[in-house]
Amino acid sequence: MSNGRDPVIVGVADSALADGKFVKNASVLGHMALVAKAALEEAGLSLSDVDGLLTAGMWGVPGPGQLPTVSLGEYLGIMPIFVDGTNIGGSAFEAHVAHAAMALEKGYCEVALIVYGSDQRSLRSRNLGGRPSVLGMQHETPYGMPTPVGGYAMAAKRHMHEYGTTSEHLAEIAVATRKWAQLNPAATRRDDLSIDDVMNSGMISEPLHLLDCCLVTDGAGAIVMTTAERAKDLKSKPISVKGYGEAHTHWTVSEMPDLAHLLPAKQAGKTAMEMAGVSHSDIDVVQIYDSFTITVLLSLEALGFCKPGEGGPFVSNQNTAPGGAFPMNTSGGGLSALHPGMFGIFLLIEAARQLRGECGERQVSGAKTALVHGTGGTLSSGATVILQKD
Amino acid sequence: MSYDKPLPVIDHDSRPYWDAAREGRLDIPLCNDCGKHHFYPRTVCPHCHSDDLKFDTISGRGTVHSFTIARRPAGPAFGDDVPYVVALIDLEEGPRMMSRIETDTPESVQIDAAVEVTFVKATDEVSLPFFRLSA
Ligand SMILES: [Zn+2]
Repeated sequence: MSNGRDPVIVGVADSALADGKFVKNASVLGHMALVAKAALEEAGLSLSDVDGLLTAGMWGVPGPGQLPTVSLGEYLGIMPIFVDGTNIGGSAFEAHVAHAAMALEKGYCEVALIVYGSDQRSLRSRNLGGRPSVLGMQHETPYGMPTPVGGYAMAAKRHMHEYGTTSEHLAEIAVATRKWAQLNPAATRRDDLSIDDVMNSGMISEPLHLLDCCLVTDGAGAIVMTTAERAKDLKSKPISVKGYGEAHTHWTVSEMPDLAHLLPAKQAGKTAMEMAGVSHSDIDVVQIYDSFTITVLLSLEALGFCKPGEGGPFVSNQNTAPGGAFPMNTSGGGLSALHPGMFGIFLLIEAARQLRGECGERQVSGAKTALVHGTGGTLSSGATVILQKD
Repeated sequence: MSYDKPLPVIDHDSRPYWDAAREGRLDIPLCNDCGKHHFYPRTVCPHCHSDDLKFDTISGRGTVHSFTIARRPAGPAFGDDVPYVVALIDLEEGPRMMSRIETDTPESVQIDAAVEVTFVKATDEVSLPFFRLSA
């Protein structure tokens, strides 16, 4: 676009945690309001400037969370004219960036706020809706399917069967991600971690061990988007949204088209990279949803960073760790930094900070282009965003 | 002893399937237009989107597509079952379904293993189709 309406990110913020719990006392909506204010403040904007509101979450259900943008808009005291409550799981926020970008390009809103919050750790309420045994779930829940880990475990098992991928390969991802967390003072888990530690961490749902699984923490995050034209008058350095894509295939894992190949990631990644006009060699830093180690491995293959089946060798020898050839999940990811139920917004926040050059010890030097890819549900959905600094 | 695990919430799409399971049959939808079976039961064929469907009694034979051995239960109701095998079964007729593999030796389950259905009574209304490794 050349009319000044190219979408940009002008503010990001996340809440402080200690031992995975919110430091401040506030309701889940209060935490979202606080990070929204902080993200807007980066740009010199305020809540009264917000006319686009996008959120997804698991709070207040049943009840106000059933209409999340409506309840959040009320709490914030604003009347948005563009809203999006798309919920495709943890990848929802990558889709929100896409949808906000389209609304901004179209002139449907001027300042879009994407926000998420969860106090699941403080409430000790890790609960993905309970997966009641209705509709498609009546054919899964009665069998004692561990959710969500069971579906990821079945995908891992299948990938191992087809390609010879090993538990050690998966552990490489957990270990590399921990090394990034050790460079991030805000990360929840920063103690040393070895491949053996992961292998000996206890089997949860074979072949996935405890340390193949993401953390369970609180967390709130916010992103502010506007147009390139509007950003000229703002005080933060804008990060351009160059491309985006999304897709989903199934809810019940028995309906997943191919357990060893992540079709939504393949589709979303292709759409986003073509829109941005970038190739894999243009990407300086990647943030890939790590609900489980296998999620990352399948995503890397589907996004085309390596060939199908070569994810194991690709992540070997700590290729994705600090100092490796492929800097990935530089905050410490969902495996070691935080994972408040839905993690996708934090991938975007870290990518924006890397492109701004704000990441201190973990800064990827010269990072100009970032790929962010979220996965939601049980490998159900994928959404990709390409970010660039000008 | 009462059954304390989650039971299917049976609906109009799935009623004939669960009725058959109670009687020891595996009945799944067959499309009169494209000739393909599907699972789970829907009112519209997911292959060709026809609504001309009937329930068909199938063989109950299949192979293991993938599986997991649950070392932690999916909630306290399944605590006594641990370790147990949840599997995706590729039915001989084409569709894939989730089930449990009944076995005393979870480590003996392998991808591609041949399995056959067996029905496990939960309540007077519900029997669950589980699978066993074929002899
Ligand atoms: Zn059909």
